[in-house]
Amino acid sequence: MRNARLLVAALRDPGALADPDWSALIATARAEQLIGSLAARLENLPIPQKVTQILAAARRESTHQRTRALWEAEMARRALAPLGIPAILLKGTAFHAANLMAAEGRSVGDLDILVPRERIGEAEAALIAAGWERMKEAGGYDDDYYRRWMHELPPLIHRDRDRMIDVHHTILPPTARPTPDAAALIADSIALESGLRVLSPADMVIHAAAHLFADGDLAGGLRNLWDIDRLLRAFDSADFRRTLAERADLHQLRRAVALALRLAARLYGSPIDRAWAGRDRLTDRLFEARLLARNGWGQERRALLRFAFYVRSHWLRMPPAMLARHLWIKATR
Amino acid sequence: MRYSLALKIGSVVFRVGSAWRAPIDALGALYTGYPAAADGICDFTVRLEPEKPWRRWLRPSLSIQGDYILPDAAPMALAHGLLAAEMGMNLQMALGQKNWLLLHAASVEKDGRALILTGESGAGKSTLAALLGERGWRLMGDEFALLDPESGALHPFPRAISLKNGAIRVMEGEAAPDRFGPRLDGTPKGAIRHLRPNADALARMEEPAAPALILFPRFGEAAAARAVGQAETFMRLTQASTNYVALGRPGFDALTRLVATPAAAIDYPDTAAAIELVETLWSEAA
Repeated sequence: MRNARLLVAALRDPGALADPDWSALIATARAEQLIGSLAARLENLPIPQKVTQILAAARRESTHQRTRALWEAEMARRALAPLGIPAILLKGTAFHAANLMAAEGRSVGDLDILVPRERIGEAEAALIAAGWERMKEAGGYDDDYYRRWMHELPPLIHRDRDRMIDVHHTILPPTARPTPDAAALIADSIALESGLRVLSPADMVIHAAAHLFADGDLAGGLRNLWDIDRLLRAFDSADFRRTLAERADLHQLRRAVALALRLAARLYGSPIDRAWAGRDRLTDRLFEARLLARNGWGQERRALLRFAFYVRSHWLRMPPAMLARHLWIKATR
Repeated sequence: MRYSLALKIGSVVFRVGSAWRAPIDALGALYTGYPAAADGICDFTVRLEPEKPWRRWLRPSLSIQGDYILPDAAPMALAHGLLAAEMGMNLQMALGQKNWLLLHAASVEKDGRALILTGESGAGKSTLAALLGERGWRLMGDEFALLDPESGALHPFPRAISLKNGAIRVMEGEAAPDRFGPRLDGTPKGAIRHLRPNADALARMEEPAAPALILFPRFGEAAAARAVGQAETFMRLTQASTNYVALGRPGFDALTRLVATPAAAIDYPDTAAAIELVETLWSEAA
């Protein structure tokens, strides 16, 4: 196979793998940050000894990442607790903290948390007092851009542990056309025994879909879509489907969520409400081609298509005049 | 990729792909006599790519890519393609290897027991290991020593030895000319020439050994040796390991077990003195 379809097939139905090009599968999975998930899926299946060793190492790495991610979340919780600000975990760390199926082998980089917008200044000060530091120069264009136009603070990095934290006040940039209901995300978040919080199941799926289809350029999107598949499988029920539809409308993200559902079903065979998500559209194939644009050497392919999605991500993120100004400043500095 | 080669070093298999033929040819020639991977399955992928699409032809400039990369690594000249391939493989080991505790160390073996040589770059561990490898020891590796966290055994990684500057001439007097790669001048590390380990080292490249002595050599001082305690050895080895933190508890346990091995810091003014010191300390440790 000339693209990442082999990886998708292996994740979707590992039992059906018949003597694949293992070197290609492993390189693609590493490039898409899905090697840990692949290792989890292939556990206890009859595979060559060499592959068993490689995947055992990947599992060791996942375990280490999980420990580190949960520790980082706990550090943030302790920094924010005295202010009474709940640290609502997002993305990978949330899956691990809540012990969801989506956490199996899931790699985690930065810590992402959501706090109420009106308290984000206090949260930042508390984190800085606890050892996190600014990475962007205060008052510079990037710093200013984040604070005015983004849904998160400029990233902070911890001086001792060298781990980054992204503090969000909502899940899409304020300049994007949909405006998710951040207060509802927070109000309906769920407390875990550890004192940490995560989004409600439907909001978790909606955030993953928003991140993938209403914000970024789909780089590394196979992993985000795999998250969505795992969440849909874990939560699927008539109730959940109804809630997901209601919440998608509430957050003005029906299009992104429907697209996420269709593509998750198309690539990973996820259980979805087909009547709500709609039939596959012609443009779905473009998204699929973008998601699969990587070869068996782990190289990115289809440069033009990737560039088109890069342009799209900026188009979604801001109005035209602002986009022109932003690109001009980035290009000329 | 247009040109490629699979390479088995110890029990680690690399797949090296390149946009140009020359680096793959050079790699194939240097690694003549290494066994093929039985099942063709590779642990790591390394790619030598043009830094920008047009830099394949126009003033070729090579970027080291692969499963694990350093995002800000400087591009290299195509003439140094062999070095780039080697750096790419080292990077996979340093960043991606989680099967063993990885020590940035040279190692040699005698009677099933291993001598570990570790120190900062320029301490002379590569040269010492290369010399010992020609004088009755089996070379296990000049760059990485792989410690099995479960058994405590040391596994070989006998890649081609990377000789730098003065060490090149020292070894040219010791080994047959057909075991050397081309001399690469003007690299970021000065002049480099690779030396293929001897037939014994290749034939036994999957044979582990039990650690018996750890030495921290330092070049440029009068000959001296000082015993190093377990705590200091432990600290030095955590600094010499690229994946100690990532391995977590098993890494700590493996290192705790390893530091029960006798250890010494040695100073040496020249290679003859170094060899003498090593042999003396080895017979004392035995």
